[in-house]
Amino acid sequence: MSQSYNRGLIEDFSRWREFEAGMWAWIFHKFTGWVLIGYLFTHIAVLSTAIPASGAETAVLQAGNDVYTQTIVSLEGLLLVRILEVGLLAVAVFHMLNGTRLLLVDLGIGLDSQDKSFYASLILTGAITVASVPTFIAGAF
Amino acid sequence: MSTQLPKQTEEASESETESDVPSRGDERRAERRRRAANRREQRQAEEAERAAADEDTIELRVFRYDPDVEEKQEPRFDTFHVPFEKGMTVLDALMYARDTYDSSLTFRHSCRQAVCGSDAMFVNGGQKLACKTQIGELDEPIRVEPLPHAEVRKDLVVDMEHFYDQMEAVEPYFQTNEYPDGELEEQRQSRENREKVKMSTRCIWCGACMSSCNVAAGDNEYLGPAAINKAYRFAMDEREGEDVKQKRLEIIEQEHGVWRCQTQFSCTEVCPKDIPLTEHIQELKREAVKNNLKFW
Repeated sequence: MSQSYNRGLIEDFSRWREFEAGMWAWIFHKFTGWVLIGYLFTHIAVLSTAIPASGAETAVLQAGNDVYTQTIVSLEGLLLVRILEVGLLAVAVFHMLNGTRLLLVDLGIGLDSQDKSFYASLILTGAITVASVPTFIAGAF
Repeated sequence: MSTQLPKQTEEASESETESDVPSRGDERRAERRRRAANRREQRQAEEAERAAADEDTIELRVFRYDPDVEEKQEPRFDTFHVPFEKGMTVLDALMYARDTYDSSLTFRHSCRQAVCGSDAMFVNGGQKLACKTQIGELDEPIRVEPLPHAEVRKDLVVDMEHFYDQMEAVEPYFQTNEYPDGELEEQRQSRENREKVKMSTRCIWCGACMSSCNVAAGDNEYLGPAAINKAYRFAMDEREGEDVKQKRLEIIEQEHGVWRCQTQFSCTEVCPKDIPLTEHIQELKREAVKNNLKFW
């Protein structure tokens, strides 16, 4: 969809542009959307290990020696994964809250305070992320 | 200083006519031109010095580009020091710079009271109407550039043709095939309806919204905020009747019509006449959906 147009020599002239709240919201929404799509594929890859694991013997499953459990345990053992999980939550929460904001915008509700609702979703995202840190990071260090 | 200038000119031309033969006219004119240029340069230097020394001056960095002059084809920024006055606008400062320092500084302006829509510019990273933007509210140095996403003709002047094409694409004029009842000759509008379209009628065609729109920058076919607002003004006008409204909605709901808007609110933020552009675009989206949605 996005194309480049020949608008003369000056079009390429680099400029610094000031972004307002609505523009930041759009950029963050786009960014978090791509991150969530990327996560979806790794999520599918990790969950797919449950398919071979389902054929394992009951004793193996109870002992936690099957492929799925092993994969999850080894992933959760990595500090990087623990930290990325916090980031994932932040991304998901922001995408949800801003999605609600966009829903209201589409319905024509509260368009005058669209910047405030963006700031509110940012603050709420921050609060929820901070609150989640003990749960995600517990025992990682 | 300036009061002595004319006297000097007279003296210079007198001495020249005495020493030179009349047939050497060309040479004399060239000489006079050279001297005038020297004087101008001197005067500009003095003015600049005085302005720089003055406590209350503002620094203006203005984008310069002139495709017709070889030395000016490379875009550059010129710095002007302008004495600050209370209530000074960006346009006032630009006019001072043009009249005092460089008469080749080019920009559009006409009414100077935010009605003609000629002087939309990119000031400190945002689309502003120069005559409506107070210097006192801006951070220094003030950067003045031509509107982004348009071809620059010279200095601060951009080609507005594409913008006007988009405006005309929505047929921005009243049309109807319904006539008033009885003896009335005029098309009467209800007060409520007038209130509904009031804000959208304020548009002055300055092109600030179109320039700020990220989507319009990547899609030349997109109607853009101003044109859609214009379409809103007439589509919401009850006097036009159902047939015409249907025709207008068909223009609006095209692929590159209202659906390209991604509610970034850039247009609403920059509009110098405070038109709620995004609100109007969103309302037209809903109108378009309602128009096509059938449950039977």
